[in-house]
Amino acid sequence: MSEGLTFHFNVDGEDFTSAGQASVMMKKNLRQLGLPPEIIRRVSVAMYEGEINMVIHAGGGVADVNVTENYVEIILTDSGPGIKDIEQAMQEGFSTATDSIRSLGFGAGMGLPNMKRYSDYMHIDSEVGKGTTITMRVNIN
Amino acid sequence: MKISTIKELLDANTVCGEEQLSRHVYSACGSDMMSDVLAYVKDQAVLLTGLVNSQVIRTAEMMDMNCIVFVRSKVPTAEMIELAKESGIVLLTTSKRLYEACGILYSNGLIGNRVKD
Repeated sequence: MSEGLTFHFNVDGEDFTSAGQASVMMKKNLRQLGLPPEIIRRVSVAMYEGEINMVIHAGGGVADVNVTENYVEIILTDSGPGIKDIEQAMQEGFSTATDSIRSLGFGAGMGLPNMKRYSDYMHIDSEVGKGTTITMRVNIN
Repeated sequence: MKISTIKELLDANTVCGEEQLSRHVYSACGSDMMSDVLAYVKDQAVLLTGLVNSQVIRTAEMMDMNCIVFVRSKVPTAEMIELAKESGIVLLTTSKRLYEACGILYSNGLIGNRVKD
């Protein structure tokens, strides 16, 4: 794996049932590449939480994953409402999700904190009314 | 703890994965909030939950969990069973409530998960 490999996924924002499919596919890809199980799990969970967030809050988006020799980079891009206060959104327990989302097992204000927990680097670029781009990296070595 | 022991202790029924009951789990998590599961669970764990939707299976898959117990006689959908089969996850159902089911497993030696920080 001398050159980076790239993967692109469209995340459907209409159907909560299918949310997570991109992460499942990415996990299979990482297994095929022979990455260590702990790295695969961290990438999968970070991406899965991001994917769920895109479906819940932004009506879907796209996920791009770059696998290099040294790290796995996940870039999640949506054209949703944006995050008004990123610092507040990063606090465990803070959520703007509706009760209906909570009844589905998400919206407990753990999504972004989990994404940070499982990545070695995370940057959120968001503009209210325009959308959000989240870049995460999980180091391989 | 063997999954077959969990089945016996919880008087549970197997929904799918009968051939994998001899596999072991080393920790457990009881929750209806999937993000909490994603925050704290280590691998080869059993998930006990009263939540029934496809994200329960995907959450377990993301965390490399190999068994899910649905409490309060909750029944997984056909789609969930299919997803679980694809991922090699054993699905069990028990009539016991979440608190009771967790308590039985804990008191029989299956302690909780360790926090990842």
